[in-house]
Amino acid sequence: MPLPPTLDLREQSQSAGSSLIAMASTPDDATAHLSLDVEFSGGLEMLFSDQRRHSLTLPAKDKDGNPSNIAYLIHHLCENVMKDTRKELFVLQEHLRPGILVLINDADWELEGEEEYELKSGDNILFVSTLHGG
Amino acid sequence: MPPTTCVRCQANKAVVKRPKNHHKLCRECFITVFEDEVHHTIISSKLFYPGEKVAIGASGGKDSTVLASVLKTLNERHKYELDLVLLSIDEGIKGYRDDSLETVKRNAVQYDMPLKIVGYDELYGWTMDQVVETIGKKGNCTYCGVFRRQALDRGAKTLGIKHVVTGHNADDVAETVLMNLLRGDLPRLSRSTSIVTGGSLNDVKRSKPLKYAYEKEIVLYAHHKKLDYFSTECIYSPEAFRGTARSLIKNLEKVRPSAILDIVRSGEDMARLTPDKGQGACACDEIEGMGGCGSANARTPGNEITQVEASTTEQPTDNGLETEITSNGTPKVNEDEVVKLPVRQRRSKEPGPVQLQTLGKCVKCGYMSSQAMCQACTLLESLNKNRPEISI
Repeated sequence: MPLPPTLDLREQSQSAGSSLIAMASTPDDATAHLSLDVEFSGGLEMLFSDQRRHSLTLPAKDKDGNPSNIAYLIHHLCENVMKDTRKELFVLQEHLRPGILVLINDADWELEGEEEYELKSGDNILFVSTLHGG
Repeated sequence: MPPTTCVRCQANKAVVKRPKNHHKLCRECFITVFEDEVHHTIISSKLFYPGEKVAIGASGGKDSTVLASVLKTLNERHKYELDLVLLSIDEGIKGYRDDSLETVKRNAVQYDMPLKIVGYDELYGWTMDQVVETIGKKGNCTYCGVFRRQALDRGAKTLGIKHVVTGHNADDVAETVLMNLLRGDLPRLSRSTSIVTGGSLNDVKRSKPLKYAYEKEIVLYAHHKKLDYFSTECIYSPEAFRGTARSLIKNLEKVRPSAILDIVRSGEDMARLTPDKGQGACACDEIEGMGGCGSANARTPGNEITQVEASTTEQPTDNGLETEITSNGTPKVNEDEVVKLPVRQRRSKEPGPVQLQTLGKCVKCGYMSSQAMCQACTLLESLNKNRPEISI
């Protein structure tokens, strides 16, 4: 269920970094969360604290009330998980950098709708860079 | 989205969408098809002969790890009867090569292959760390590239091996084709596309069995076979130009996945049009770490000797016979197919001290060279004199 746009804006301006917490406290099914296993390999670990596996909890709906999808996850990773400042090594022009593969439960994301894929609890999402050498 | 079924077996869930033809395949079918295609490349290009000793240039990265794994599988499945050895180069870069060499050591155990590691320090008396200490980060890739090529060849020679395979993939070849196109270097473009280079009597032959394999599929193969590889970026300056070409390729792939193989094929077709295809080169002509060297000769009847660039090259007659093999195994280029293009004078600043390029031996190290002193020794001399600003 979409949040009123005014509320949406206020939340963003008040707590840019912690909009997730604000989301979680709203009533309704927006309180539902997803547990995800997110993995990075092929050199992407370097951008995420040298850690291959991250267990994440994500709101089931994004701030517009739409089911959380891969695009939302990528945004979330950039905003909340990546400590490295070189965002451009992961995202270019607001999309995943070409040359990074995504596997959703071991399947090529091109078979699953790419950014539009709606996340389910328990999903394993693997980001693999093909850009790094040996 | 409902799960997609594999187009090949019509049974399992598809997990891969192939960039070259959009086929959707399950894990098992993908692995089979990938291996079959590499086998096809090997057979159609006649890369090996039974009993051949072959060194796999192994960095611990995805490409060489996949190459080692696939070659081991195919060698057993199709009875190539190859004697496979892993050959690794230690450039002497702390924090970069150390970890990947550990990976190669594990690979040696996993694939049950002997491993030989040769170090820049033992070969040249310099580690890359020391080189960078002396000359700075700018331009160090040139040193590393020149040293690496010789190092693989020398390592192979110490093992009595005359054939080194490397993990260069279709994306790498496309990248190099584009770079040479953007530099206006058609001769090198033509060399960079050939699957086999080197290999005259005293030389070590090089080949790229993964030349037609997409990088994406190499990574997916490694993933689905759970191969143990190491990813890293050299800690010294990345090659800016190659990086740009690489991004361009990846952007093109996103819009039109077949673009990568199309560029490779265009490169091969353009190679057929170059007047001095693959000639006038020596081992030192491989600064790109890739593709070939025009010493790659002596394999076809010598009728396709082509024009020679008067300014810098002059070929001895025994040095002009390069075979290029296309994907379907037919040797390219008959003399009457060669379209003579107007030959442009090479930019005068281009390859350094102008001497006649006759393939001989380096006066210092005896390594094959088209000049009195090979490029590695020239660089070394400047290093040793602490006078690194030599131009090549």
